[in-house]
Amino acid sequence: MAATKKTNKELVINGILLENPIFRLALSMCPAVGLTTSVKNGLLLGSAVLFVQICSSCTIAAIKNIIHPRIRIPTYTLTIATWVTVIDLILAAYVPAAYKEMGIFVKLIVAFAIITMRLETFACKNTISASFWDGLGMGIGFMFGMVSIGFVRELLGAGTILGYDVLGFKPLLFFVLPAAGFFCVGIMMALFNYIEVVYNRFKEREQ
Amino acid sequence: MRSMIQRYAFRLTLLLPAFLLFVTGCNVEHPFIKKIAFKDSLSIIIEFAGEPDPDWATDPGNYSVYEKRDPDVHLAISKVILGPDKKTVLIRFGEEINQAEPHVVVLTPIHSQGKDLGSAILNVKRLHIGELFAILIGAMLISNYVFTKYLGLCVFFGTSKKRDTAVGMGITFTIVMVASAMMSWFLYQFILKPFELDFLQVVVFIGMVSLSVQAVDTVLRKVNPALFKAFGVYLVLVIANCIILAVPLTLANNEYSAMESLMLALGAGTGFLLALFLMSSARERLELADIPPTYRGLPIAFVTAGLFALAFMGFSGLVIF
Repeated sequence: MAATKKTNKELVINGILLENPIFRLALSMCPAVGLTTSVKNGLLLGSAVLFVQICSSCTIAAIKNIIHPRIRIPTYTLTIATWVTVIDLILAAYVPAAYKEMGIFVKLIVAFAIITMRLETFACKNTISASFWDGLGMGIGFMFGMVSIGFVRELLGAGTILGYDVLGFKPLLFFVLPAAGFFCVGIMMALFNYIEVVYNRFKEREQ
Repeated sequence: MRSMIQRYAFRLTLLLPAFLLFVTGCNVEHPFIKKIAFKDSLSIIIEFAGEPDPDWATDPGNYSVYEKRDPDVHLAISKVILGPDKKTVLIRFGEEINQAEPHVVVLTPIHSQGKDLGSAILNVKRLHIGELFAILIGAMLISNYVFTKYLGLCVFFGTSKKRDTAVGMGITFTIVMVASAMMSWFLYQFILKPFELDFLQVVVFIGMVSLSVQAVDTVLRKVNPALFKAFGVYLVLVIANCIILAVPLTLANNEYSAMESLMLALGAGTGFLLALFLMSSARERLELADIPPTYRGLPIAFVTAGLFALAFMGFSGLVIF
């Protein structure tokens, strides 16, 4: 694949909608299931992933010409691990309470498939600025997925949004249970599929 | 084919504990202290690397011992006896101590040949077979990494379509998991901790995982091509699995001993195998079911996993010993 011909705006939109990491590519499902009981968690982990994705994409794009192809995967892993250590220490120092709640997930960003996959398919073939925009799109897409699942679960489970009481009652307490993460993600994926089916039917009818 | 796998697995299970017995046993963090252990129900024995001053060593005021669970209750020391070789010290207590509980021994600055060697805080713990079993069952069922901790889901959903694939992935994962967890434990205890390089945990552990995957790949390719053909494809997927990184981080945070780490890694591996097997059996059935088109594929798999997770919540009340 040659360097991308998409504009910056298209790259960002591609990450958020067409190739949304959670709903379309179905990568990095662990935090989407385990850490989405509230919108706040989704926002925090989403911004951590955004940071790591942008930084490692730019780093790899900058040094792509001096990486030997046979050791590229270990190089990617170590680059990501370095940036994860940076964000891990920053979060531990500045937001200790929220960091404790997220627990091991911040360190596990290293193993999130989405970041390695973007480095492998995009950053190693494109310029630094294109990689920046692609990383931004992917990071925001991930954050969007996390926040939307967190929104549904927090609203239905606890009747609150970002800790503020909006409903005044708890419609479905089941949704804050850890196991409900699986149901919620499954149902939202089906919803995305349904929207796609309806959209395609609509398009056919127009032609 | 199967007998070959069994033979290799058997050899591994025999070799690993034998190796581990050499590296376990002591839990000592002070350079001057070689070993600390429960002697009997009334005493704790400490072995020093050199000779401490007899005056210092036999003064009970220099030692304070308490159960790790309540640090405020200090145990009454009746007397301290210096052994005939002048290097071992026996701390005797007035009443019986509960050896099942981990204890902490605090020493005031150690005096040896006129030098001050600094104070020490030592953990005494009995290698309790029931505790090891509890860790194994805990990692496998009570807090199953897939269904109650939600880790390793990408690989879990990717390889649970067919039962053969699921079992192959599970076995490969268990082997790599145990090997890399033991290496990570060794690196953490003997390199990262002594040199205070804790912040490098993530970098070192992930490097360790990629290295052990590469090593298993190379060795298997040369030694046993048939086995490599069966399991080689899953090796790459192992790196993308969060569990393989979560286990080293857990055992570093909890200061597990080598035996405990082995049990945690084994439990995590077999728990993943169990989850994959259950899920693949269910998904083979789902192939034949009449599912609404929008739910086909991943969405229905997620809902099924949710049902499994609810079932696994039933284990949460289980207490072993």
